[in-house]
Amino acid sequence: MKEIEIAEVRSLTESVKNKYGYDFSEYALSSFKRRVSRVLEVHKIDSVSSLSQRLQNDPEYFKFFLTEITVNLTEMFRDPSFWRILRDQLLPELLKVSPNLKIWHAGCSSGEEVYSMAIVLKELGILENTKIFATDIDHDIIKNAQNRFCKDKAFEINKKNYESYNNGNGGLENYFSKIAEGYELNANLISNVSYKEHNLVSGDVFSKFDLVLCRNVLIYFNQSLQNKVLTTLHKSLFKSGMLAIGSKESLIWCEDMSKFTTISSEEKVYKKIAE
Amino acid sequence: MSRVFKFDKKYKAIVIGGSAGSFPVITKILSELPEDFDIPIIMAMHRLKHIRHGFIEALSIKSTKHIIEPVDKESIKKGVIYLAPANYHMCVELGNFISLSTEPMINNSRPAIDLTFETASYNYKDKIVGIILSGANKDGAHGLKKVKDRGGLTIIQDPSECVIDTMPTAAQNVTEIDYILKTDEIIDFLICLNKVN
Repeated sequence: MKEIEIAEVRSLTESVKNKYGYDFSEYALSSFKRRVSRVLEVHKIDSVSSLSQRLQNDPEYFKFFLTEITVNLTEMFRDPSFWRILRDQLLPELLKVSPNLKIWHAGCSSGEEVYSMAIVLKELGILENTKIFATDIDHDIIKNAQNRFCKDKAFEINKKNYESYNNGNGGLENYFSKIAEGYELNANLISNVSYKEHNLVSGDVFSKFDLVLCRNVLIYFNQSLQNKVLTTLHKSLFKSGMLAIGSKESLIWCEDMSKFTTISSEEKVYKKIAE
Repeated sequence: MSRVFKFDKKYKAIVIGGSAGSFPVITKILSELPEDFDIPIIMAMHRLKHIRHGFIEALSIKSTKHIIEPVDKESIKKGVIYLAPANYHMCVELGNFISLSTEPMINNSRPAIDLTFETASYNYKDKIVGIILSGANKDGAHGLKKVKDRGGLTIIQDPSECVIDTMPTAAQNVTEIDYILKTDEIIDFLICLNKVN
């Protein structure tokens, strides 16, 4: 496959931005190029300019593009050690400030992180008093999240993660029913979750939260965009609210980082200490 | 008696990929690199995804080198050795920094050696050396081809020395290999390479 030129990427993001208002110009370059390459390959399109052309003429096709271009791969209880400190330290500390927590999953993808959160909250007996918001740029992936379905193969990974989170004890199956080719999450676990489309890049602040999870989303943005998104996340937190990012993400170079203190450098959890 | 290698230019980075059977090899290489070895080494090694800790520590026991698992967007510096973190792909970006990603597995692997090699060769063009060590799948073959296509140097661990030779052999099948070396020779090679820089 021919190497995609940077100029082609620029012209593609420019035309998508003009037509649809989605701005990919500050996405991290190499992963974005790979996603574009994948679209060309899967849909047998011969060049980036043909792809641009098709996107201009076909808004339905843009939906496919959006799903393909965003990386949707999550596991339940990814990084079990994060979920353990969430259960043992973060949530207890947040509950001291407010018994009715508001949690935002920024970039919820296919929903596995939301499911994990609901299970942790259920086990702590606070699911009913907690309001969860889950947003993603991609409308179709939100539908997946609402479907509560998990394929057999993915469920094996989820089970292992859960076992590690749960100090070696299994039991993830208790929250699911076995159906054809996979498992379905019990509906009552996520019946209180509000799903909505939201583009982090746009900078919209739609509410304030006690806890924001934005894990392995920022790695797809360049540093300038990471800086802007952190400002949005900061504005979306109550004072003393917490932000969790991916274990290998870093925001130390962002301007608003001075308004946070570190709760866990290992699990990348920060607490807002200034407006 | 150490072998002497001659180079007609300086190299900016070394990428190493390894899988089953490569851990003792990479440990030996890192333990014998001199303190002043300053070409960045970028390593993608297949590893257990659930075990986040211990790999760096194990590699560091016998080495004086600065070995790290980078965070996303970390700058690549001289004298530092970068190891792809568990369950992330590790890429090199234009501007000489690392990016991480949770994209789907490639060749059943995350980190995928192919991705690290491809993106590193895109950044360093012909100023890169790619090394494929022992391993049981074909990951890295395509990446090493990219290194060669862009004018870099290609090395595989001598299949006769590998615990499992599938990976170096797969690389050999898709691209021209500049050097087929045993572990000790890889060390000699790197020491000579560093003297040019």
